[in-house]
Amino acid sequence: MREFFLPVVVAGMIAASPLAAQDISVVYLRQDVPPPPTLSNLDPIPGDLGQRGAELALQDNATTGKFMGQNWALEIVTVPEGGDYLAAMQDALAKTDLMLLDAPAEQLTAAADLAPNALLFNVANADNALRDDACRANLLHTLPSRAMKADALMQFFVKRRWTDIAMITGEAPGDVAFADALDRSATKFGLKIGKRKTWAFDADMRRNAAQEVPLFTQDLGDYDVLLVADEANDFARYIPYNTWHPRPVAGAEGLTAHAWDRVVEQWGAAQLQSRFHDLTGRDMQDVDYAAWAAIRTLGEAVTRTKSADTATLRSYILGPDFELAGFKGRPQTFRTWNGQLRQPMPLTSRAALVAQAPLDGFLHQRSELDTLGLDKPESACSAFD
Amino acid sequence: MKLTTALATLLLMTPAYADEIWVTNEKDDTISVIDVDTLEVIKTYPTGERPRGITFSHDFSRVYICASDSDAVQVMDPATGEILHDLPSGEDPEQFVLHPDDRHLYIANEDDAITTVVDTQTRTVVAQIDVGIEPEGMAVSPDGKIAITTSETTNMAHWIDTETQQIFANSLVDSRPRHAEFVKDGTELWVSSEIGGTLSVFDRDTQAEKAKIEFKLPNIHPDRIQPVGFELSAGDEFAFVALGPANHVAVVNAATYEVEDYILVGRRVWHMAFNADKTQLFTTNGVSGDVTVIDVASRKAIKSIKVGRFPWGAALRPTN
Repeated sequence: MREFFLPVVVAGMIAASPLAAQDISVVYLRQDVPPPPTLSNLDPIPGDLGQRGAELALQDNATTGKFMGQNWALEIVTVPEGGDYLAAMQDALAKTDLMLLDAPAEQLTAAADLAPNALLFNVANADNALRDDACRANLLHTLPSRAMKADALMQFFVKRRWTDIAMITGEAPGDVAFADALDRSATKFGLKIGKRKTWAFDADMRRNAAQEVPLFTQDLGDYDVLLVADEANDFARYIPYNTWHPRPVAGAEGLTAHAWDRVVEQWGAAQLQSRFHDLTGRDMQDVDYAAWAAIRTLGEAVTRTKSADTATLRSYILGPDFELAGFKGRPQTFRTWNGQLRQPMPLTSRAALVAQAPLDGFLHQRSELDTLGLDKPESACSAFD
Repeated sequence: MKLTTALATLLLMTPAYADEIWVTNEKDDTISVIDVDTLEVIKTYPTGERPRGITFSHDFSRVYICASDSDAVQVMDPATGEILHDLPSGEDPEQFVLHPDDRHLYIANEDDAITTVVDTQTRTVVAQIDVGIEPEGMAVSPDGKIAITTSETTNMAHWIDTETQQIFANSLVDSRPRHAEFVKDGTELWVSSEIGGTLSVFDRDTQAEKAKIEFKLPNIHPDRIQPVGFELSAGDEFAFVALGPANHVAVVNAATYEVEDYILVGRRVWHMAFNADKTQLFTTNGVSGDVTVIDVASRKAIKSIKVGRFPWGAALRPTN
């Protein structure tokens, strides 16, 4: 097991607030899962995805902390492929009950069941079930679910009146799950996904996309937009410009929905981007942002409640006074029925922000942000009741 | 008598120049100069990269500009638009305030969590003070004894003793504080919180929160009501508060802290400046790339003036 310890040295420079010192330590517990093989190596997944977002937020918290008498520490624990995640969880619990978890769904729920009194954040798993019938009261989610991504895309299609939708789905479990979310979302917004195909090529598309893709997409007939469910972006990248009909592509390539993307610049986001760049030398991605948001959520809660007690923090975080300034233009809060962080979703192309969901005109009695993802009546989660 | 003659001669020589409002265009690297009488852009001057904060020296012979991405505060001759020199400013200066001594600039270094104090005469850094993450709002009390930095991600107003250049108090405010002003002869400190949607009023002597002002607009979700820049009318009677993406300016009674009016302006209203007698208010509207002129007495927008891309700061330059 690899362990990195990142103590944050906090100088006692500010004597203005004579508060008792508070020590807050957080563990980032990650299960190493090998990424699926992809044809192209153009966009490698950073080995430190997520953890660098946590590190940046810890620095942010520590800066506030020095004025408040808080000492923040973050420990990154990586469980190697095939390693015992629950044993690592057990070890981590001996140190803290505040944790960020980065693991497949079964491990997340098992880890949550192991620690009923801990406050846990799922920062890397978009599985809808975790916000639905597989939810846990001690597990909050800062990464948007697949449902949120799908709803963001569908709102855009409704707005542009792209009502005739075709879809290509990969065979990986995540691709099938995302395709399901897209289907469900299309129904929710009164759209319908018509012709669809499963991607089952094993040829190297880097060489012959121009020959194969037009033929492959020919029998989809005509449509307004082509969705591609391919979470690893294994083949989706070869679809645009090679479709039989010249139509926009969305989902995994073309127009994509995110928690965060390098093209987000408004609402002070440029500052967060540049702080992240200075720290890591790379772009901030969705999981980095989710980890950042989780630790900043803890920072806000500790600062406002002046407590490090998990029950106090949890009830503040789920309560009406909590708000996270997350550089996406409006305050972010947690859904009280499943612990999901409400957040705007940037819809982006490779080079620019195209739109930000929720789009204008999608109204909701509580918050427009609840037009994205599992709304209260849609979620079967009862652990939060 | 001699003086009158001199003045008369001067008036004859200078063809009645009107006062001007200077607006920094963050995404164009320019300043637009608006003639207050004709309400038209009469000049555009190039600046360093990403100009934001702007303020004039007390005699208006110099204008200081935060050129954020050039990592400099530029000093310009307002008569010619010529950049005279740069001041050392620390990295990414966003906003600043000129001390009443007309000599020291207190600069928020957004990327570095630092407030830099620069002597504009010797052009040297006098002090650097560690503050919270993303410092932005800057204010100095009228007696010059206290400087304020607000930090956006730390959500605090830091109270700095200008004699020792040390923080002596920190006040928590709602999320993403953006702008700070001393009000009512410096007896109160006002701080706007963009994401919190509030304006906090602090007592200067105790640093205790005295009031919190909230805003409400029909048909606009509270999340989109985001107070940013604000300015006080003559005699500090009313505060005009820019509400960002709510596209309105609120009029707050500064005595009762009640919101009395909302004025529709351009998109993502940001900062503002009054004309000399404070009968007109000029707001920068970032997204629509224009400036709205508000008639203060009637509280109505009377004109939009197209400026550059993403207008940010505004300052008055009286010319007579």
